[in-house]
Formats: sequence, C-alpha cells, structure tokens
Amino acid sequence: MINEIILMKGYGLYVWSAFSFTLLCFGSLFLVIKLQLTKEQKRFVYKFGSLDFEKVKKAKSQNTNKEILANTLRSKI
Amino acid sequence: MFKIFKPNKIFLISSKAPKYVLFLFIIVLSIGLTEALFLSPEDYKQSHSVRIMYVHVPSAWISLGIFSIIALLSLGSFIFKNKNFSLICKSLAPSGFVFNIIALVTGSIWGKPTWGTWWAWDARITSMLVLALFYGMYLLSWRIFEDKGQVIKITSIIAILGAINIPIIKFSVDWWSTLHQNSSVNLLSETSIHPSMLLPLAIMTAAFALFSILIFLMKYNTELIKIKNRGLNRL
Repeated sequence: MINEIILMKGYGLYVWSAFSFTLLCFGSLFLVIKLQLTKEQKRFVYKFGSLDFEKVKKAKSQNTNKEILANTLRSKI
Repeated sequence: MFKIFKPNKIFLISSKAPKYVLFLFIIVLSIGLTEALFLSPEDYKQSHSVRIMYVHVPSAWISLGIFSIIALLSLGSFIFKNKNFSLICKSLAPSGFVFNIIALVTGSIWGKPTWGTWWAWDARITSMLVLALFYGMYLLSWRIFEDKGQVIKITSIIAILGAINIPIIKFSVDWWSTLHQNSSVNLLSETSIHPSMLLPLAIMTAAFALFSILIFLMKYNTELIKIKNRGLNRL
C-alpha cells in the first residue's frame, strides 16, 4: 500500500518532485516576505521609541501608526 | 472616487487578516493535497502523472490572473493617478512570479513522462516563459529605480505591454499546433474533465488563491510600514 503511494506505478518521482517543489516555493516565499515584514515592523518600533514626547503625540494621532504598533506587539504573522 | 483603495482603510483589514487567511489556507491545502495525491483516480492514459495537474494548472491560472490584475491596476494608476494602485501591484507581483515559476517547472516535470522531453519551444510554454520575463522585469524595476514617479511609470508600462501576452497564452493552443493540450476546463463551454478530478483541482485552486492573498496582505503591510517609517523621519 505505502509502496504503491510512493512509487505510483513509476511516476512517483515526477509527482512527488512537482509537489515538493511547489511546497518548497510556498515555504520560501512565505519566509522571505515574513522576514521583510518583521524587519520593517522592528524598524518602525525602534524609530517610534526614539521620538520625543511631542512627536509621539503627533504620530499616535494617526490610526495606521497605532495599528502597526499594536500588531507588532501582538501578532505572530 | 477610490476611497475604498485608501492605504489606511486597506491596512485596517490587511493588518488583521493574515492570521485568518493562513489558518484557512492550511486547512484547504491539507484537504486539497489529500484529494490530489491519494483520493483522486489515476488517468486512463497518463496514469498517476496526471496528479501533477493539481499543482501545475492552478499555478498557471493564478499567475495569469495576478498579471491581469496588475495590468488593469497599472492602467488605472496611469489614468486616475492613484499611487495606491501601484502599491497594490507591487504587493501582488511576488506571488504572481512564484506561481509562474511553479507552473513552468511542474509543467516541465509533467512533460518528461508525457511527451518524453523536459522542454519544448511550444507556443504555450514559450509564452508562459515570456510572462515570467515580464514578471522578472517588473520586480527588478522596483529594485533598480529609486525615483518613485519614474518607477511607477516604468512598471506600469511593463505591465501594460506584458498584458498583450495574456491572450496569446490563453489562445496559443487554439491558434497554433502545439504539444500542449487544449484547455479541459472552460467557463463558457463544456468542461471535458471528470468531476472526480475537477473537485481536487478546484480545492487546490482555492488553496493557491488563498496563499496568494496571504502573501499579498503581508507584502502590502510591509510596503505600508516602509512608507510610515519614512513618515516618522519627517515628523
């Protein structure tokens, strides 16, 4: 049964390599984009932390900035 | 007119949506893989090699779909001078390119047992390769050119020119005598594929579409945070 699934009447190598390549591409693309996102989020938090009180007040008046900070702190994705 | 396309409004959704999309993607992909690899029947002619169709066809559809959206939005950014359109295009391009590469590579793997060759300069395959080159030029332009106005113009021109290739890809199998088979799934006419194979194909297409949405949302968030980072410098 397992042999049949793996070998697929001689087509196993083609089928498994096509599926593996697809999943590998998915994983790599997800990782690259995730790393880029994390880098930008960290940069944002660092820059935000280095602002003085007045600038923080001004930056916090924008909803998107608040949303980025909130997401950076709670999100795993 | 395009208030719905305002980055701040999209960000409200795009910042929260990825985790739900990822969850849904994993579930749909698991069902799709089970159907495609174990439950769907083998083909009477191609035997088990037909299973490659479940990754090859959805990838080709989605890469074509994404490029069509990029071309339309690029035209929109030209006409309506909406910069957010180009931000959406920039965020869509990486997944479109990867799906294009997957379609080419899995097509090549499928070609070996079916046609006896890894590659043929056939109209469908060559036009898909041309699409990959357009994707490549599009993505490279965003990296090479630094002036924002210039890069939006150049990438829009690439996308609009590349759109000419879309109908060529679609109708290449009808216009020329090709090694590649005619389309088996048609929206307007009868579909020649058996329902037992159509179901896993539909599930895998849904899974791939969810993946491209996930990558788009994450890339869009990245680009928007980049802009906000520059904004903090100007405060």
